[in-house]
Amino acid sequence: MTDSKHKDLSKRPSMNKQPPVKRVRNFNEVALGLTQEQAVKEAERCLQCKDPKCIKGCPVEINIPLFIKFIKERKFNQAIEVIKERDNIPAITGRVCPQETQCEIVCILKKLGEPIAIGALERYVSDYELKTKIQKISKLKKKEIGKKIAVIGSGPAGLTAAGDLSKLGYKVTIFEALHEPGGVLTYGIPEFRMPKGIVRSEVEYIKRLGVEIKTNMIIGKILTIKDLFNLGYDAIFIGSGAGSPHFLGINGENLIGVYSANEFLTRVNLMKAYLFPKYHTPIKIGKNTIVIGGGNVAMDAARTSLRLGSDVFVIYRRTEKEMPARTEEIYNAKEEGVKLRILTSPVKIFGDEKGRVKSLECIKMKLGQPDETGRKRPIEIPGSNFSMDCDTVIIAIGQAPNPLISNSTKGLKTDDKGYLIVDKNGRTSIKGVWAAGDIVPDSGTVIEAMGRARKAVIDINKCLSQTRPTIKN
Amino acid sequence: MHIILDKKELAPNVKMLKVSAPLVARKSKPGQFIVIRISEKGERIPLTIVEKDDKIGSLAIIFQEVGRTTKELGELRKGDHILDLVGPLGKPSEFRKVGTAVIIGGGIGIGEAYPEAKAHKAIGNRVISIIGARSREFLILENEMASISDEIYITTDDGTKGHHGFVTDILEELINKKIKIDLVFAVGPPIMMKAVSEITEPHRIKTLVSLNPIMVDATGMCGGCRVNIGGENKFACVDGPTFDGHKVDFELLIKRLNTYIAEEKISCKMH
Ligand SMILES: Cc1cc2nc3c(=O)[nH]c(=O)nc-3n(C[C@H](O)[C@H](O)[C@H](O)COP(=O)(O)OP(=O)(O)OC[C@H]3O[C@@H](n4cnc5c(N)ncnc54)[C@H](O)[C@@H]3O)c2cc1C
Ligand SMILES: Cc1cc2nc3c(=O)[nH]c(=O)nc-3n(C[C@H](O)[C@H](O)[C@H](O)COP(=O)(O)OP(=O)(O)OC[C@H]3O[C@@H](n4cnc5c(N)ncnc54)[C@H](O)[C@@H]3O)c2cc1C
Ligand code: SF4
Ligand code: SF4
Ligand code: FES
Repeated sequence: MTDSKHKDLSKRPSMNKQPPVKRVRNFNEVALGLTQEQAVKEAERCLQCKDPKCIKGCPVEINIPLFIKFIKERKFNQAIEVIKERDNIPAITGRVCPQETQCEIVCILKKLGEPIAIGALERYVSDYELKTKIQKISKLKKKEIGKKIAVIGSGPAGLTAAGDLSKLGYKVTIFEALHEPGGVLTYGIPEFRMPKGIVRSEVEYIKRLGVEIKTNMIIGKILTIKDLFNLGYDAIFIGSGAGSPHFLGINGENLIGVYSANEFLTRVNLMKAYLFPKYHTPIKIGKNTIVIGGGNVAMDAARTSLRLGSDVFVIYRRTEKEMPARTEEIYNAKEEGVKLRILTSPVKIFGDEKGRVKSLECIKMKLGQPDETGRKRPIEIPGSNFSMDCDTVIIAIGQAPNPLISNSTKGLKTDDKGYLIVDKNGRTSIKGVWAAGDIVPDSGTVIEAMGRARKAVIDINKCLSQTRPTIKN
Repeated sequence: MHIILDKKELAPNVKMLKVSAPLVARKSKPGQFIVIRISEKGERIPLTIVEKDDKIGSLAIIFQEVGRTTKELGELRKGDHILDLVGPLGKPSEFRKVGTAVIIGGGIGIGEAYPEAKAHKAIGNRVISIIGARSREFLILENEMASISDEIYITTDDGTKGHHGFVTDILEELINKKIKIDLVFAVGPPIMMKAVSEITEPHRIKTLVSLNPIMVDATGMCGGCRVNIGGENKFACVDGPTFDGHKVDFELLIKRLNTYIAEEKISCKMH
C-alpha cells in the first residue's frame, strides 16, 4: 500500500458549501453535496466489512456497505434501490440525520481516522435520482390487500409508516393538520438546510406509492380516533409529533417581538415570511436578536434571523460541549456570524411603552454536579446579572406533545409530560392504535421517528394478518 | 373543494359568504371557528362559524375587510373556491340553562354573537341582546338577532339608530334597573369587551368574552395566539377563544394585536 493510498483511507471529503459571507444573504441550501468524483472516491474507502457495524448504527438498518459498493461501481440506480428498501425519504435523511451519532460513529474506519461519510453518500445518490429521472416505484410494492390504515401526521414518522404500509399492500390515508405535508421538515427546518422542493419530491414519492394525503384535517377536531375506526380503518398510526412550544415563564415573555421558535420558524418556512410582502405573512425582525436555547431548533432560528438581516446572539445556560445541536450546525452558525453566550440564563425581558422588546436581563451560570441526564447542572452565580439590548427574542427551549389527540381520545394513555405510552412495537394503550416519532417518549430525531415507525409497521402487519408478507428484518 | 355557494354584502366592507364544507359543518358547534387561506402566497386567517347547514353541508362566515386577506376574500365570487379551510377549531361554547343571558355584539362581533344568542335561546334561557355599531349602516344581522331575542337593544356611536352611545351604556342601565342577569357574553373590539368586563365584575356577573388574537396555525403549535388569563398564558386557538372576561389581560391583547401594523400597511398597498 502506497503512502498516498493510506492517506485516502483515513480522510473523508469535506462537504462543499456556500461560503459564509455569501450564504448569510440568501436562503439557498448551505451544503452543496459531493461531486460524483468525490462520492466514488469516498465509496472506494469503505472496507466492505464482513460484520458491518454501520448497519446496526442506523435505526432503519440500511444495507450501507451494499449501497456504497454500488456507488463505487457507479451503479447509482442500484444504490438508491438498496437504500429505499429501508428508507423512503433518503434525500431527507441524507441531509438532516445526525449521522455522526448514528451510522458513522460505529463505522470501523472511525478508529483508523475518519468514518465513511455515509450521510453524504446517501444524499449523493438520492439527489442523483431526483436530478436524473423521476423516482422509480420500489419493486417491493405488493398488491392491494383490501385493508385500510389511517396515519395521523405527515412528518418523518407518518411518511415512513405510510410508505412502508403502502408497499405491503395496505390502503393508506394520511391526515395532516396543516395545509402542507412534511411536519417539521416543512414548517420547522429552514430552506437553507432542508430545501422544500426536496421535501415535496419525497412526499410525491410517498403519494406515488399509493398513499393518499388529506391536508387541513386535524384529528381530534374534524374526526376523532373513534370516528376513524367507524369509517372502517383497520389500524391507526399516530405520528403527530411534539409541536407544543415551551415558554420560559419569565416576565416580559408576551412582549411584541418575543417568539416561540415554532412560531418564528413556521412564519418563515411554512408561510414564507422571508419573502414578505410577495408572500402575505409578515415576520417582525429587528437589528438585534437573542435566541434562547442550544439545540438544532435554536441554531435554525439563529441562522434564519441572520439571513433576515439581524445580528444574533444565542444564549445557553451550559457550555458549548453540552449543547444538544449537531456539532456541524453549531460550526455553521458560528462561521456565519452567530455569537454564542454560554453559561448565561435569561431572567426577565424588558419592553418599551408600546409593549415592544427592548432588552433582556440575564444571569451568569456555572456548572455544578451532573444531573439525572448526566449533564452538569447549571447553577446561577448570584449578583452576576447583566442586560443585553435586543428587539427580537426567540425562545427555543423545547416542545411538548400537542394534547389535541390525547384529550379527545378516551383510554389513550400518556405519561406525565403528555407523551403517548407505547410498548417496544409502538402499540399504544388502545387496541389497533400505534404511535411513533416525537409523540412518544425519548425520540427526538428524524431517523429515530422513522426507525420506530418501521417497527410499528412490522407489528401492524403482523396483527392485521398472519399470512401477509412481512418486511424483511 | 370549498366552493362559495352564496355571497352577500351586509354593510359597507362587511360581507357574508356561504361556503361548502360538509365535514366541518357536521362537526362544528357554536363558539368554534375556521382558518382559511385563499391563495398559495396567502396568510392563514381565523373566522368564526356564524351559522351552519348540515343538509347542504355549508358554513356561513361574516367578515370585515380590514386588510389584505379579508379584502381578497371579499373579492371572491359565488362559484369560486377557497384554497384551504380547516376546522372546526377552538373549544365549543358551553350552554346551560342559567336564566337570563345578556348577549353583547359590537360591530363585526354581532356575527359572532349571533350563534351564541341562538344557542342560549334554544336551551331555554331568556336572551337579552345588545348590539351596537359605529353607525346604522354598519349594523348587521339586526333581524336575525331580534328573531331569537326576548329583548333587543340597539346602539350606534353616532346616534343614527337606537341609543346614541355604546353597548355598555345599555348594560349599565340593565344592571341599575336591578334586572337579574345570570350571564353576559360579549364579543367585539377588545376595548369593548374590556369595558363590559369592568362593568360586570363588581356585580359578580359571570362574563364570557371571545378573544381575537393574531393566529398562525391555530392548532396549538406556535403560541402566537397566547393570551394572559388570570396570570397564566393560554393559547386562544385551543384553550379558547372564549374566556372569563374578568381574568383577561386586555391591555396585553390590544398591544399584541398591533404587532404587525407597519407590515399590514405594506401588505395592503400591495393589494
Ligand atoms: C427546527 C427544528 C430542527 C430540527 N433539526 C433536526 C435535525 O437536523 N436532525 C434531526 O434528525 N432532527 C431534527 N429535528 C427534530 C425532528 O424534526 C423531529 O424529531 C421529527 O420531525 C419528528 O417527526 P414526527 O413525524 O414524529 O413529527 P413532526 O415532524 O412534528 O410531524 C408531525 C405532523 O403531524 C401533524 N399533526 C399534529 N397533530 C395532528 C393532528 N391532531 N391531526 C393531524 N395532524 C397532526 C403536524 O402538523 C405535523 O405535520 C428538528 C426539529 C426542529 C423543530
Ligand atoms: C377566533 C377568531 C375569530 C375571528 N372571527 C372573525 C369573524 O368572524 N369576522 C371577522 O371579520 N374577523 C374575525 N376575526 C379577525 C380576523 O381574523 C382578522 O380580521 C383577519 O385576520 C385580518 O386579516 P387581514 O389580512 O385582512 O388584515 P391585516 O392587515 O392582517 O390586519 C388588520 C387587523 O386585523 C388584525 N389581525 C391580523 N391578522 C390577524 C389574525 N390572524 N387573527 C386575528 N386578527 C388579526 C390585526 O391586528 C389588525 O388589527 C377573528 C379572529 C379570531 C382569532
Ligand atoms: S438513515 Fe441516517 S443513520 Fe441511517 S444510514 Fe442514512 S444517515 Fe446513517
Ligand atoms: S463500517 Fe464503515 S467501512 Fe465498514 S462497511 Fe460500514 S461504512 Fe464501510
Ligand atoms: S395560533 Fe398557533 S398556537 Fe394558537
